Amino acid sequence: MKKKSSVPLIQKDTLGEVIIKQIIMVVFSVVTIFPILRIISVSLRPGDRLLSTSLRIIPLDATLDNYRILISNGKFFLWIWNSSLITLVTAIIGLAIAAFSAYAVSRWKFRGRSALLIFLLGTQMIPAAMMIIPLFILATKLHLVNTYRGIILAYSVQAVPFSIWILKGYYDTIPRSLEEAAEIDGAPKMYIFFKIILPLTLPALAVTFLFNFMSSWNEYMLASIMLRKSVMHPWTLGLRDLQGQFQTAWGQYSAGSVLIAIPVVALFYKSSKYLVSGLTMGSVKE
Amino acid sequence: MSFEVVARSLTQIGTTLVLILLAFALVEAIIFVFYNKVLKVGDKSLTAMLLAPAIIGLLLLIVVPLIYEVVLSFSNMNLHHFKNPSFGLDMFFANIKRVFTTKILKTMTFWPLLLQTVLWTVIQVTFHVVLGLMLALILNSNIKLKGLYKAILILPWAMPPVISGLTWRGEFHAKYGFFNIILTKVFGDQAALPWMTDSFWNFVAMNITNIWMGVPFMMIICLGALQGVPVEYYEAAAMDGAGKSHRLFNLTIPLIKPVLAPSVMLGIIWTFNNFNVPYFINQFMLETSDILVTALYRAAFTYNQYGFAAAFALVIFFILFGISVVYMKKTGALKAIGD
Repeated sequence: MKKKSSVPLIQKDTLGEVIIKQIIMVVFSVVTIFPILRIISVSLRPGDRLLSTSLRIIPLDATLDNYRILISNGKFFLWIWNSSLITLVTAIIGLAIAAFSAYAVSRWKFRGRSALLIFLLGTQMIPAAMMIIPLFILATKLHLVNTYRGIILAYSVQAVPFSIWILKGYYDTIPRSLEEAAEIDGAPKMYIFFKIILPLTLPALAVTFLFNFMSSWNEYMLASIMLRKSVMHPWTLGLRDLQGQFQTAWGQYSAGSVLIAIPVVALFYKSSKYLVSGLTMGSVKE
Repeated sequence: MSFEVVARSLTQIGTTLVLILLAFALVEAIIFVFYNKVLKVGDKSLTAMLLAPAIIGLLLLIVVPLIYEVVLSFSNMNLHHFKNPSFGLDMFFANIKRVFTTKILKTMTFWPLLLQTVLWTVIQVTFHVVLGLMLALILNSNIKLKGLYKAILILPWAMPPVISGLTWRGEFHAKYGFFNIILTKVFGDQAALPWMTDSFWNFVAMNITNIWMGVPFMMIICLGALQGVPVEYYEAAAMDGAGKSHRLFNLTIPLIKPVLAPSVMLGIIWTFNNFNVPYFINQFMLETSDILVTALYRAAFTYNQYGFAAAFALVIFFILFGISVVYMKKTGALKAIGD
């Protein structure tokens, strides 16, 4: 991708155009950020003024009570614990599977290669709501409902097809001459892959890991079917239950949302540059 | 959270990991021996060994469930017949016939659901692309505070969708959500809208939420595409005296179209299959707000009609598949994948 901005020098904006553009940007920015500020606002409200019709962002009598109640309740940590465990394990499994196979797909021709690639793309078309029917019934028959094992198995390959696509695109950009040179020196293929190629792929591996991590971390539908006991709840189900008690727990819900969203958003900003180039890579190259 | 919970979860996850690792080690060893000793093509063994985990994983956890899903559509499985469903071709035809002729939910039938889904997808993708392209065009020009605007505008993409969905639901509350607070403050008490109880306004609420959530992705894709257009093209067009709107419609848009085509296709698929937004905004209250995939979830898990839902899922899948194939043929979006 070209980093250079493609704004031609000749295209000078008139004052009117500059003003219109600035107005559009300000309006869209306000619309974008307002609902998010509202979450923070509600999370700071004291319990007796939870349901107020004030639109003030920082409430007059702002307090951290909601955060205190949420944390002392103990359930919040249980949700985070469950989510973290499930997510970390599935992201590692998914990344390992994708990193190995994407390399093979990128480097070697083998029978069924294009069929595999088209199959991977086709999986993106399967509605998640369709997959959970057989997954739920199989899990019920194998006694995997309400177990970490079941949800980990179900999640582990969900992100693999897309990950293979991202990583294949990245491996494709690494020149083959690197491997050829090492091969002439007599290095075995396995050694070349682990010692030369994988270290070069680190940025793409990081993005893929993050993508895997996010898709399990934010998953709701399958979790709502597979993890029915409240002791197994990840944060997505926990927050849903809190939001369900709108009248009484809106403050705690908002506090929980803020605590969960901050690290996720921060990670996203840190990695968005790579994520975007990973997404557009396949389409931009000739 | 207690010590027991921690210990139990760690043991369960630990044993799962060990079992998976052992299984893969065994498979890799078998492949290695098979290629070297039986086929005597040692140099091919690495390809097979690298591919094996993905192939096995995809087979066991995507292909097998898919086949099982097809098998289920040939059955009458539901809560009464969970342990002892009967299978047969006649069951399949009965299920398919039920999808098209009888009620899928309490009142909704197939065709209104399909219409609702198509309407939802068209509205969403249009808004995402038009607004995304507009914002990207502005971000791609020389304006002040570009970095700040971009950082703010991609926020909805960064937010966990569950939080966005649940929060917007709260904001559509008849009395305490900010929409009705603003409306009543500006236009008086009569102006409050029935977001949660009226089917039209509920659909509007779904659309507002998903436009907010989906524009940033398209904006970033459009921005990437715009930055790939060589400057010289604009200069040449400007030399020829082409005006700004002329340049936009006759130069920029045709140039970025092939780059956007696959992303728009993804957008169509994601929107068509979007479960979160209709589910979180409506939470299965109004049937009129259901799209095909949420109706599918309800048929399977609220009404426990597994065999019927499996057949319904197949119908949905083939509709989406058909739309995608037509779209790819028209735009050539698949060409980039061929190589």
